[in-house]
Amino acid sequence: MALVGVLALQGSFNEHIAALRRLGVKGVEIRKPAQLDSVASLIIPGGESTTMAKLAEYHNLFPALREFVKMGKPVWGTCAGLIFLANKAVGQKTGGQELVGGLDCTVHRNFFGSQIQSFEAELPVPELASKEGGPETFPGVFIRAPAILEVGPEVQVLADYPVPSDILDSNSTIESPEEKIQSEKKVIVAVRQGNLLGTAFHPELTADTRWHSYFLKMASDVAEGASTSIVAVGVDLGSNNQPRNDLPIYRSIEN
Amino acid sequence: MADTGVVTVYGNGALYETGTKKSPFSVKVGLAQMLRGGVIMDVVNAEQARIAEEAGACAVMALERVPADIRAQGGVARMSDPQLIKEIKQAVTIPVMAKARIGHFVEAQILEAIGIDYVDESEVLTVADEDNHINKHNFRIPFVCGCRNLGEALRRIREGAAMIRTKGEAGTGNIIEAVRHVRSVMGDIRVLRNMDDDEVFSFAKKIAAPYDLVMQTKQLGRLPVVHFAAGGVATPADAALMMQLGCDGVFVGSGVFKSGDPARRARAIVQAVTHYSDPDVLADVSCGLGEAMVGINLNDDKVERYANRSE
Repeated sequence: MALVGVLALQGSFNEHIAALRRLGVKGVEIRKPAQLDSVASLIIPGGESTTMAKLAEYHNLFPALREFVKMGKPVWGTCAGLIFLANKAVGQKTGGQELVGGLDCTVHRNFFGSQIQSFEAELPVPELASKEGGPETFPGVFIRAPAILEVGPEVQVLADYPVPSDILDSNSTIESPEEKIQSEKKVIVAVRQGNLLGTAFHPELTADTRWHSYFLKMASDVAEGASTSIVAVGVDLGSNNQPRNDLPIYRSIEN
Repeated sequence: MADTGVVTVYGNGALYETGTKKSPFSVKVGLAQMLRGGVIMDVVNAEQARIAEEAGACAVMALERVPADIRAQGGVARMSDPQLIKEIKQAVTIPVMAKARIGHFVEAQILEAIGIDYVDESEVLTVADEDNHINKHNFRIPFVCGCRNLGEALRRIREGAAMIRTKGEAGTGNIIEAVRHVRSVMGDIRVLRNMDDDEVFSFAKKIAAPYDLVMQTKQLGRLPVVHFAAGGVATPADAALMMQLGCDGVFVGSGVFKSGDPARRARAIVQAVTHYSDPDVLADVSCGLGEAMVGINLNDDKVERYANRSE
């Protein structure tokens, strides 16, 4: 039976597993290459992308992850995970970092700046709302978030976010000039290409599980042909495991 | 506006917060959540910061002196030179934290102004205000604070801390106090979980913590914010011990850069935190790390206890 894997090297993997549990689906922690064989789809969580890349390198996970993507199995990256999936990333540490690749786009790591520039915003998400229902917007939590600067023709844009042009300019001049984006005042923050999904924000930090159910549908579409299905854990949630104590979900109310 | 930034207990699964400042509590806690399962290392210059980043640290703490040196040299320990913090910030892409003295809100304002990612209101520095901690709701930048027990943790959270670290005893390379403090917090939470609701009022009074946060902790079965361990971690086994006791991650202060082979030890501790429940990996990474930092025996009463500097 197929399970949803969550890459558990570092970062918000507990939060993803908790979100899956709210949907009645069991997520399994993936730390070693061999564990990837037991799952049909994979979530790469948020965290520090540099740290996650280092840990993946120590345990030789990159070849297995690339193979996983190449086999057409659904993979969703949030924030740091999005950077992992991108074919190209700018704004990395000295010496760069290894990527998994597969998603035809250029990601600017840490585009929105340091923690003091982190924010929460209601994002219009027409595609998500048409598939999953619910409100037309999604609460996007951006933590030292990346943004997608360019996408290839195969890539479907699911959400974007307006930014003041001075941020764009200052960011693009730090990089080489050819990466400069013209007068475009929006950056892309959610994309899909085939079975790859990428979000620059953190749906796992919100109570809204629509992105998770959207991804699970991608996974079950793939699984249909292969006579496997996502395991619904139903009532005996966590019975084989001691119950994991999740952090609360904080939400601000606009006055 | 007394309740600005205050998290209330009850709500349908989500916790609500009033106030519309640009940096809501969810975003402050959010960064700490991204640090979970990671190691935060003390560094004193850009070169050490790069070694830490290269080893896989999820953040660095920028300091002028590591706690072991503060202990050895004595004197008043203050916020680091902002110039040094800026240099470290430029050297790495991972988040940078810096320490402010307890109650010294102007140091915190300066740290906010230079745009670091997290402020540690730390007992390792000399205390500036014996009675009051910084009112952390007034800041857009998030704070991490130390605690020795559940009551202290919840008092700091009520003051606006978005992340908690158990204090341990910094700069000693001795894990005993860290174990004591983590056990105290976790033990109190276990007691609380099995407590009748009627008894929580009296329990909250006993530990001198706000009732609503005590009740929230009871419902969650854990602290309502990310909880790291600190103070005395010197080996991969120490780090994994903290994780197995239930912490979300580990601060390593003097343990890395006071050891024989910092790069190798840093890398081993990072791996130990990720694979904390896998003894095979732990055995593997613990091999041949060279000399660990020289520790301090805490049976000696003359050793100053930083952890007791604040309540």
